[in-house]
Amino acid sequence: MTSGRVGAVRPWEWALPPAPVRREVLSALPDVDTGRPPLLFVPGMGHGSWCFAEHWLPYAASRGFPAHAVSLRGHGGSGAAPRPGRTLLRDYVHDVVQEAVRLPVRPVLVGHSMGALVVARALARYPARGAVLVAPLGPGAAVARARRYPADTLRGLSGRPIRLTATELFGTDGGAAAAYADRLTPEPPLVQYQLVLSRVPEPPRGKPPVLVLGSRGDRAVPAADVERAARRHGTSPLWVDATGHELMLEPGWQRPLDAILDWVDRLPR
Amino acid sequence: MRGRVCVVGAGSSGLAATKNLLAAGFAVDTYERAGEVGGNWNFGGPTSRVYASTHTISSKPFTQFPDFPMRDDLPDYPHHSQLLDYFRAYARHFELLSHISFGHEVVRASPVDGGWEVTATGPAGAGVTRRYDAVVAANGHNWSPKRPEHPGEFTGELLHSADYKGPDVLAGKRVLVVGAGNTGCDIAVEAAQHAERTFHSTRRGYWYVPKYVGGRPGDQVADLFLALRLPLRFRQWLMAATLRATVGDLTRLGLPRPDHKPLETHPIVNSHLVYFVGHGDITPKPDVARLDGSSVVFADGSLEEVDLVVYATGYLVRFDFLDPALLNWRDGRPHLYQHLFTPRCDSLFVAGLLQPDSGQFTLAHWQTVAIAEFLRARAERPAVARDFLVRAAAHLDDSWSAGARYADSTRHWYEIAHLHYLRGLERTIAELRSGAAA
Repeated sequence: MTSGRVGAVRPWEWALPPAPVRREVLSALPDVDTGRPPLLFVPGMGHGSWCFAEHWLPYAASRGFPAHAVSLRGHGGSGAAPRPGRTLLRDYVHDVVQEAVRLPVRPVLVGHSMGALVVARALARYPARGAVLVAPLGPGAAVARARRYPADTLRGLSGRPIRLTATELFGTDGGAAAAYADRLTPEPPLVQYQLVLSRVPEPPRGKPPVLVLGSRGDRAVPAADVERAARRHGTSPLWVDATGHELMLEPGWQRPLDAILDWVDRLPR
Repeated sequence: MRGRVCVVGAGSSGLAATKNLLAAGFAVDTYERAGEVGGNWNFGGPTSRVYASTHTISSKPFTQFPDFPMRDDLPDYPHHSQLLDYFRAYARHFELLSHISFGHEVVRASPVDGGWEVTATGPAGAGVTRRYDAVVAANGHNWSPKRPEHPGEFTGELLHSADYKGPDVLAGKRVLVVGAGNTGCDIAVEAAQHAERTFHSTRRGYWYVPKYVGGRPGDQVADLFLALRLPLRFRQWLMAATLRATVGDLTRLGLPRPDHKPLETHPIVNSHLVYFVGHGDITPKPDVARLDGSSVVFADGSLEEVDLVVYATGYLVRFDFLDPALLNWRDGRPHLYQHLFTPRCDSLFVAGLLQPDSGQFTLAHWQTVAIAEFLRARAERPAVARDFLVRAAAHLDDSWSAGARYADSTRHWYEIAHLHYLRGLERTIAELRSGAAA
């Protein structure tokens, strides 16, 4: 790679390190050590690690993978940032890398939606064993959403939290989807702005293998965003026939996870 | 496989070298004298020179490996035991342990037709000799004591800080600490709390920088001004003004006035020294003139009865396993490019031979990335590596001081300003990567 930027000099980040927070990590471990690499799941907007604990963590563990999910600051069971109004994506990156280095060996990072964006940025800081970007959030998602929900978008632009709905996230309506949507928590204003105006993530450190996974039925993240994320990592997306954006919560959650685990299994040890 | 590299030492620099060379696709064997990683931070180990109370001088963001941040629950300035745990975690996380031969000391490394022959002695004294394509010397530079030669005889106890492990040796004694490095100041502060009397001899006046400025680690505040790209003179003025407002006029307390501007000597970060001088628990003294039986005579003619002299006078750089000529050795030290590349050889590198105004491990990380990139270029695009080394040879002894004129003493031979130096390493890495296939 003829990457121009080496990224050794970061005086702003050294001068203003992210504030420490208490983080919730939910884990499911295989009964016996299979030698498979650990997975670290990173939730998307408003989600906590609970969204992976529903189905994906126990299933990944049953297939022999030590599976962990971290709640970003201000989400799930993690502590709030001391000054939430100042929270930036880089604080989320900090949360992910902090939990990655606590694992005994290098994990594969699996990020969903906004979590995929956080993972892509974390790769520029930390040489993960590999990364899976599931329905990665890109600039197209914000534009598409502004068309469908102009009032809520204006709300977001004014610095107030946007309200994600069950309809846009889930392919199948119903009690379960609505209950999940009710659990979502707001994103801080600067993060919301960053999701619209975000710079392209710096290139990864080292050359980690990256899998980009898209859902055919996704109404929140347009296919173009998924394609773009894949191109950036020199790959093409793997599409699954899922019903919506919430691949880990919807019926049929097992198929995309099997695709991820099969891919991880093929990585060089 | 791009070739086999030998790394000498599994301290902070050796571990970073091992990891970054493995990541670049090299086979790596690392030899470590001790039975444990950590080098200087392996308290009680053969080349460890930390003492029971040692904490880092730089705060976490500057100290940590950039791709393995220290945990949030560590304090701003971690203790040496926490650093050892950190290095253990690093070695485990990046699966380095199977590449390290513990209890093995490299006794000879000699160039043989295009490669290296390295001999290491194991725990049972038996030697192993193996061929390598390159050698990275990461054997540390703060372990072999440098002792001053003062005229006269001393009948009391002499101790070099290399052998200082904790304050129990100070208890109830009249102690003279010689040297105002960070170690000398730490020991003087411990003596103030344990010894009967404490004298602290320094050659010149220094700037004593507190660990916290405005409730934040001082180095983080200083880097804010670097991030704003304020010029050196302004930063020196600001630092002097800040120190005047916080630490105050030290001549009131009997300390000499600094004979230089801030940032022209290796920073002394110690919040306690001035406090104990103010309490009268530390008596400042000038240079030692001579020793006379049980007393010490100072440059100002004063004489003090002393039971124990602690020399915190620094360390000598030694590469006992190498022919010094290979490191371009002149006037008592190697002359290298970026303290890293020798013009005499394209397969020998030194990692960690730095006295930064900041943390060490961040720099060791990027140094060893540069080494890996050089070796990769040497294997795949020999012309790039060759041209680089030719240019490097014309810039030996380039100063990385960000424009400051360092005081002329052996202590500042390896002194660098971290941002200036890292920008230099960035250029080196980018240059060596240029023309590389994707």
